[in-house]
Amino acid sequence: MNDSRVTPVLRLDGVEKSYPGSPPVHALAGVDLEIRTGELVAIVGPSGSGKSTMLNMMGALDRPTAGSVWVEGRNLSTLSDRRVSSLRGRRIGFVFQQFHLIGGISCVDNVATGLLYQGVLGRGRKAAAIEMLERVGLGHRLSNKPNQLSGGERQRVAIARALLGDPAIVLADEPTGNLDSRTSTEIIDLMHELHEQGSTIVVITHDRELAASMPRTVALLDGRVEHDSALATR
Amino acid sequence: MTATRIARRELSRLRPLDVLRVGSLGLRARRVRTILTAVGIAIGISAMVAVLGITASEDAQVQAELDALGPNLLEVIEGDSITGDDILFPVEAAGMIERIGPIRFAAQVAPVPASVRRTEFIPTGQTGGIAVLAADTDLLAPVGATISEGTFLNDSSTALPHVVLGSVAADRLGVRSLDNRPVVFLTDTYFDVVGILDPIALAPDLDRSAFIGATIAAELFDADLSPTSIYVEAADGRVDDIRPLIGPTIRPHAPDEVVVTRPSDAIEAREVTSDSFRSLLLGLGAVALLVGGVGIANVMVISVLERQGEIGVRRALGATRRHIRLQFVVEAALLSLLGGLAGVALGAGITVAYANREQSVVAIPIEALALGVGAALGIGALAGLYPAARAARLDPAEAVRPN
Repeated sequence: MNDSRVTPVLRLDGVEKSYPGSPPVHALAGVDLEIRTGELVAIVGPSGSGKSTMLNMMGALDRPTAGSVWVEGRNLSTLSDRRVSSLRGRRIGFVFQQFHLIGGISCVDNVATGLLYQGVLGRGRKAAAIEMLERVGLGHRLSNKPNQLSGGERQRVAIARALLGDPAIVLADEPTGNLDSRTSTEIIDLMHELHEQGSTIVVITHDRELAASMPRTVALLDGRVEHDSALATR
Repeated sequence: MTATRIARRELSRLRPLDVLRVGSLGLRARRVRTILTAVGIAIGISAMVAVLGITASEDAQVQAELDALGPNLLEVIEGDSITGDDILFPVEAAGMIERIGPIRFAAQVAPVPASVRRTEFIPTGQTGGIAVLAADTDLLAPVGATISEGTFLNDSSTALPHVVLGSVAADRLGVRSLDNRPVVFLTDTYFDVVGILDPIALAPDLDRSAFIGATIAAELFDADLSPTSIYVEAADGRVDDIRPLIGPTIRPHAPDEVVVTRPSDAIEAREVTSDSFRSLLLGLGAVALLVGGVGIANVMVISVLERQGEIGVRRALGATRRHIRLQFVVEAALLSLLGGLAGVALGAGITVAYANREQSVVAIPIEALALGVGAALGIGALAGLYPAARAARLDPAEAVRPN
């Protein structure tokens, strides 16, 4: 069970999430899902299908109403907020549709923030950040600030930040949602490239075409898994 | 499956230096806002430092004056008589007082029925309010007077037509120096001006006087030489012993008709009035500081709203609620500290400028500077508590949501 080839990186076990209101909204209505090391997975579905809630659950940004979320064999519901934060920082990388880069500081500093809360010294953070920026093809933009970059470049910075610290899994929420089609293709290519280098990546998207290019597709509808290509072929 | 523990070394942490870096980031990114917000605190702190600095400088000045003049001077003047008659002190009053005991000097002045004019061609009425006094030759010591130019009267000149002018008197008579051997016209005789005095802080009345010797005063103007003021300098620490003995000594039959005052009390009284003024200004400074603090809290709340995305990302990157709270408290404290430092510098500058204008000593208490910086830091941290708590409370999923 503790063998990393057997223990999934991420496991959702009957996860339900409802938001209070009248009537209450059942965003997720019992989702089971396993993601294994080295996978590249697309989670697709129309708006309102529960994709964003799914990302919040998988990324430990929010807790389920029922069911449990396991990250590398750790049940999140048994962990305090501080421990969940620590786990999130070390083991999960995030890429957001809106990039969420910190304004007023350089690309290197933005990427280095990925190691800030792990107690790594400033110099070590910077060195790692430069290496990662070079890996995503931004070696020439190190000291630029986010507002001096194009959308595609910003997303590359965000991806570099997510990859820093070698997370077990990278969660990308509509990573191409704010980009034109040419830049989108570049970002998707980058995802494939990183996947080939061994990263585990989950991309959440409503773009069926993007999803189709991924080795595994999970389709959500009304808060349930409607189709999982892995289960279908298994 | 059981929960696998998270090792202590895997817990999120933020190094102290990084706390400062993260806390100053928002300030560096929004410089104009930072400066404008810090101004409120700067005004409050500078007002308080200036008030403390100016009053300290004034205190130091008063102390310097007191030290220079001595707190040992007593002035003896006529009181109200019960019968309404004029009180005449004995001609030998100063000598009588000197015999009391621990007294360094006693000297007296007696009014002379004479007018003083620049020349005989000035109309008799235009005396410029200058009194002519017959003075003891040792008058200068007890009143702490100094000679600006020339000499004072001495034993060999009391019978000569020599006059010494107080600073105001010299000014009104147009005698600005002793070059060209100036003379002034006393009633019907020209007197040589042999000396001009500096202003006398403890006995300003004497500044408006012209002093002549007792012998010539009696001879020419028929002055009775009964003193109206006697200046007594007691030995150190003996003022209170001597004071009650003066009345009975020079007016044994009616000691209550003698008034003994201590001019240094008046200087100290000046301080008392400035004390209440100081409280008022300090209060105003405190109000400005409070308003500055509220301004910081306000700007921080806005900043937290604007930076929800950043807060969400930091949470996603491993920041705990405590780290977020720390970041914003430190940011508010640094913002206020910035204002505090500017305020301290400004306050010190105001103090120096004020002291220069008043030609007073500059004394800025170190405690005032430390207090200013400390108060700014404390108020900033306090003002940051609520916005920081709001930032820490933000739900990470909510914070990163596209809006």
